Amino acid sequence: MLVTELKPQDEILEGLADDSSVFLLGCDGCASACETGGAENLPALAEMLQQAGKELTGQTAVDYLCNKSLIRSYLRPYEAQIMDADSVLVATCGVGVQCVADSVLKRVRTACNTVNMGGVSGVQMSGERCAECGDCLLSQTGGICPITACSKSMVNGPCGGTSSDGKCEVDNKRDCGWYRIYQRLKELDALDQMKVIIPPKRHGLFLPTYETMTGEFWAVEGRPEGEA
Amino acid sequence: MSDLSDALERGEFVATSEIGPPKGTNIEPCLADAEQLRGKVVAINVTDIQSAVMRFGSLATCHMLVERGLEPVFQMVCRDRNRLALQSDLLSAYGLGIRNVLCLTGDHTVLGDHPESKPVFDLDSVGLLQCVSALCEGHDMAGNELDGAPDLYAGAVVTPGADPIEPQLLKMEKKIKAGARFFQTQAVYDVDRFIEFMKSVAGFGVPVMAGLVLLKSVGMARFMNKNVSGVHVPEPLIARLKEDKAKTKSGETAVQIAVETIAAIRDHCQGVHFMPLGWDHLVPEIMDRAGLS
Repeated sequence: MLVTELKPQDEILEGLADDSSVFLLGCDGCASACETGGAENLPALAEMLQQAGKELTGQTAVDYLCNKSLIRSYLRPYEAQIMDADSVLVATCGVGVQCVADSVLKRVRTACNTVNMGGVSGVQMSGERCAECGDCLLSQTGGICPITACSKSMVNGPCGGTSSDGKCEVDNKRDCGWYRIYQRLKELDALDQMKVIIPPKRHGLFLPTYETMTGEFWAVEGRPEGEA
Repeated sequence: MSDLSDALERGEFVATSEIGPPKGTNIEPCLADAEQLRGKVVAINVTDIQSAVMRFGSLATCHMLVERGLEPVFQMVCRDRNRLALQSDLLSAYGLGIRNVLCLTGDHTVLGDHPESKPVFDLDSVGLLQCVSALCEGHDMAGNELDGAPDLYAGAVVTPGADPIEPQLLKMEKKIKAGARFFQTQAVYDVDRFIEFMKSVAGFGVPVMAGLVLLKSVGMARFMNKNVSGVHVPEPLIARLKEDKAKTKSGETAVQIAVETIAAIRDHCQGVHFMPLGWDHLVPEIMDRAGLS
């Protein structure tokens, strides 16, 4: 179970600050079970967006956004609505958001923080990774996670160690995460995003709350006998 | 605030240099390197666990320079300390008479001699600059009021030869917004490219000091071209190092190249930062011949 929690409303809207129109995308996998991004959770998010003055170009929830091979076919019927929007607000885990970012040429924003990827995270077939940091930055970084993609988990752009072919100082075969973010934001005509200072990570959020850890989805695939 | 800030604010063409503490307690040769720069450069950077190779500390060395009446630039990287320790060391630095701090992210631990150590990177260079700004405003990063605030002159680094240059420029703007008041650059050899860079940052209004690493050998030039991002030693310079081995070995070629580089860039930037890598004794001569003394 990939456990997500909805970001506070003002944080979701902060991620959407540059966008006047939004396509809302949910995930009928774990996010549905967590009641964050399932089809049944979208109306509340849609209402929140509309109350904040955002134009909603469309919405849908698809099965398992982490299954990247199917995202494009799932989303084909919504292509016009997605391309009409300034961004896609994705309500799912960090892997799902990054899979959408890699599949759709549109700025993606995230509605959730990911706090646990226990269970099926071991069988991820695509390259996207989530560190379960609970303080998701994907709205600001072109849908590519700097925590997992940058060897130093830097949040404000590349260090001086990026080679001219976009590789990392620690290994010349490893892509520089920030070079990828730069390329993506450039492609999306959103380079101004790289001028915005991202504050230091809130590492306190890395520790899931007691309520999360004792909730019914924390270890749904197999909770040891006797554990709360 | 500091001699460095005063000189840059007066619009002088400023020179700084750099020393690296030893691996061990034998600090005297390092202090002797600094002594050769007395009366020549305005301030001396002290590297902070350079290249992620464990060594004598920057904070202690900076304090030793202060005691000797030499002005240090305390280099601080984000690799080895979390925000509690960084803030605490910044307060300590001020208490020890240090007034200049250069904020860097730092090389990754895997590149150093303790590759299994935990890389911290709680902050990055931008976050560290914001942290210095906050302390100087009288509160810590969490917003708690300080009983006595430091007054530090914060600087940062930039790589003018990076390819592509755009991410560097975007980050430079962020660093300025976060509180960087001067810049020292990665090594400059390609003068035309550096001048081009200076044109693109002219609007930022923050002084830039060009980095000068003395060229000790052909092997060193080739190594940097292959392994140091954003540094390019042009072939004609390598040819000169090859041409006269005795002059290369004595440092005369390095001095000549540095003097020529300074002449070519001095109308385009606000100073130079020497990284002599042990050839500190040549810095005064370069400055004399370049007319900087």
